[in-house]
Amino acid sequence: MKTAAKFEIPFVQYLDPKGKPTQDLPKSASKDELLKLYKMMSKVRIFDTKAIALQRTGKLGTYASSLGHEAAHVGIGTAMIEEDAFCPMYREYGAQFVRGVKMSEVLLYWGGDERGSNFSGPKHDFPWCVPIATQYLHAAGSAMAFKYRGEKRAAVTVIGDGGTSEGDFYEALNAAGAWKLPFVGVTVNNKWAISVPLSKQTACETLAQKGIAGGMDVVQVDGNDIIAVREVMEQALKKARNGEGPTFVEMLTYRLHDHTTADDARRYRPDEEVEAEREKEPLIRLRQYINDQGWWDEDQEKALVEELKAEVDAAVEEYQSIEPPGVEDMFDYHYEEITDPLAEQREVAIKEARRNA
Amino acid sequence: MPKVTLIDAVNMAMAHELEHDDSVLVYGEDVGVNGGVFRATAGLQEKFGENRVMDTPLAESMIAGMGVGMAAQGLKPVGEIQFSGFIYPAFDQIISHAARLRNRTRGRLTCPLVIRAPFGGGIHAPEHHSESTEALFAHIPGLRTVIPSSPQRAYGLLLAAIRCPDPVMFFEPNRLYRMVKQEVEDNGEALPLDVCFVLKEGTDVTLISWAPAMHETLQAAKQLEEEGISCEVIDVATISPLDMETILESVEKTGRAVIVHEAARNVGVGAEIAANLAEKGIYDLKAPVERVTGYDVTMPLFKLEKQYLPSVARIKDAVQRTLEE
Repeated sequence: MKTAAKFEIPFVQYLDPKGKPTQDLPKSASKDELLKLYKMMSKVRIFDTKAIALQRTGKLGTYASSLGHEAAHVGIGTAMIEEDAFCPMYREYGAQFVRGVKMSEVLLYWGGDERGSNFSGPKHDFPWCVPIATQYLHAAGSAMAFKYRGEKRAAVTVIGDGGTSEGDFYEALNAAGAWKLPFVGVTVNNKWAISVPLSKQTACETLAQKGIAGGMDVVQVDGNDIIAVREVMEQALKKARNGEGPTFVEMLTYRLHDHTTADDARRYRPDEEVEAEREKEPLIRLRQYINDQGWWDEDQEKALVEELKAEVDAAVEEYQSIEPPGVEDMFDYHYEEITDPLAEQREVAIKEARRNA
Repeated sequence: MPKVTLIDAVNMAMAHELEHDDSVLVYGEDVGVNGGVFRATAGLQEKFGENRVMDTPLAESMIAGMGVGMAAQGLKPVGEIQFSGFIYPAFDQIISHAARLRNRTRGRLTCPLVIRAPFGGGIHAPEHHSESTEALFAHIPGLRTVIPSSPQRAYGLLLAAIRCPDPVMFFEPNRLYRMVKQEVEDNGEALPLDVCFVLKEGTDVTLISWAPAMHETLQAAKQLEEEGISCEVIDVATISPLDMETILESVEKTGRAVIVHEAARNVGVGAEIAANLAEKGIYDLKAPVERVTGYDVTMPLFKLEKQYLPSVARIKDAVQRTLEE
């Protein structure tokens, strides 16, 4: 029998779960850079812990934790340039903080205030996307705009493992491949789509191979190894900006927390699995590596945690000091100019709000 | 001035905007080399190149979703869905994203996207080709829904839709694509997107319609005139936002209203107009508001199509009923 085609999925890792190099580290893994990345990942984790606590005490609505995804998200964010466009789902705070989104804005959004989506950071970045996989097409469209204008920019989008079952995901990969768009699609494979494990999500051996069907370069990376994530993303983005086409990246990681604060993962997920994955999480291994290099110690760690806690507390204070939006805020942005029927309803709502004040 | 069909006018409007604005792109299945299955985009790729007029992979959600991305990054994409009956896979992107982007980001990102689709029945097409879905879109905040029914209005309204900073669903009544010719000057003048068009003034009854059913409505009006009944005829055309002011003014004068649409009756746009007349024009009404619509059934295949669509006779009957009161 003849073979019509053959494919391979490369796998990239620099640090093993114990923080030991598995190959020579890239130039970008300098002391300054790694300390910067470690601090950023720590910030995301401390923010995350605080946000969950705020939800538990009724000061925040449902919140989607990013615990365990810090390397994937910070790695994506630090590989991007400001001009690139980011089309996230709803837990990529690590990438967004790097891009200038404020912690108070994330809290505002999950606190039920749409103004949080009008965030700082690049004005062209997309807001959090709750419907699964739709953001992949927004990234493909953004990439089309960059290509059309001949700009050296790329669009990056993120999806979970469950999202790779969606039609929009395939439509975006197909279009990005067919048009050779400056597009980098990422799947942060955290093994669980709420309660559905990867084994029930797909019969594919890897998620990366789904990009092969789109006709693009694909790579699987240890998503708990920030050195690997950043290196892979930088290469994919450089290629995209140079007009050499799209890439699909699968980042292997694990969701250490519940899907959201409205979920209880103990109902469907064995504790032993979570404990085993906890050993492989991204902060431990980078900390081990920088410790081993003599670049980090217990005192520095303590000082960092204190500093970050203060920063997060200040952000929470800022969030809580923001006045609630006026009722007109829900009317004023649907159309560039408010329509007559809407203007009429706006008046009614304002009157009603005054009566109930 | 050239006399052109409705589809020629659609083509002229796209060509005009492609010519005058580099950020305008036309894209969709078969819109390039083939010039569209109805030929709405005929010659555009030849004239403006493959980068401006693009054949896409066959994927409706992609057409809408990539349109959101392109629009958010500063382009003015004009996407074609081949038939309005194929729009459902794109519906999610249209209502979840195109319609909401401005509001979700409090104006930081906007979506000046136009989705065009041939619309309505009466062309003996196969299944899923003849849907009348304006109510689905008119219900969605943040969207505009527009359906021209003459070459002049097709030209002026499509120009307006492409220039509009809001997302616009632009449905083209395919039954009328080549039915009549009208003089259309290619002068780049857009029409307003929130005003109904009074096609004919009258004193006895107001006929309110849009889309392909406008054809039967005008015919009915003509026959009624010959029978001595003076009809005012309004083409709503800009379905959402709805210009009730023009409709109410007319009914204040005539005291009677007959609404004609091809879409199913249940929760149709006619119901919204009737409710508004009840709320704001009840004391002007001399008779109950009549609706002549499609039935609450799936658009039938063409053996029964004619019996589904509002006919001139049904419209005239409805007018007679309002006059009996």
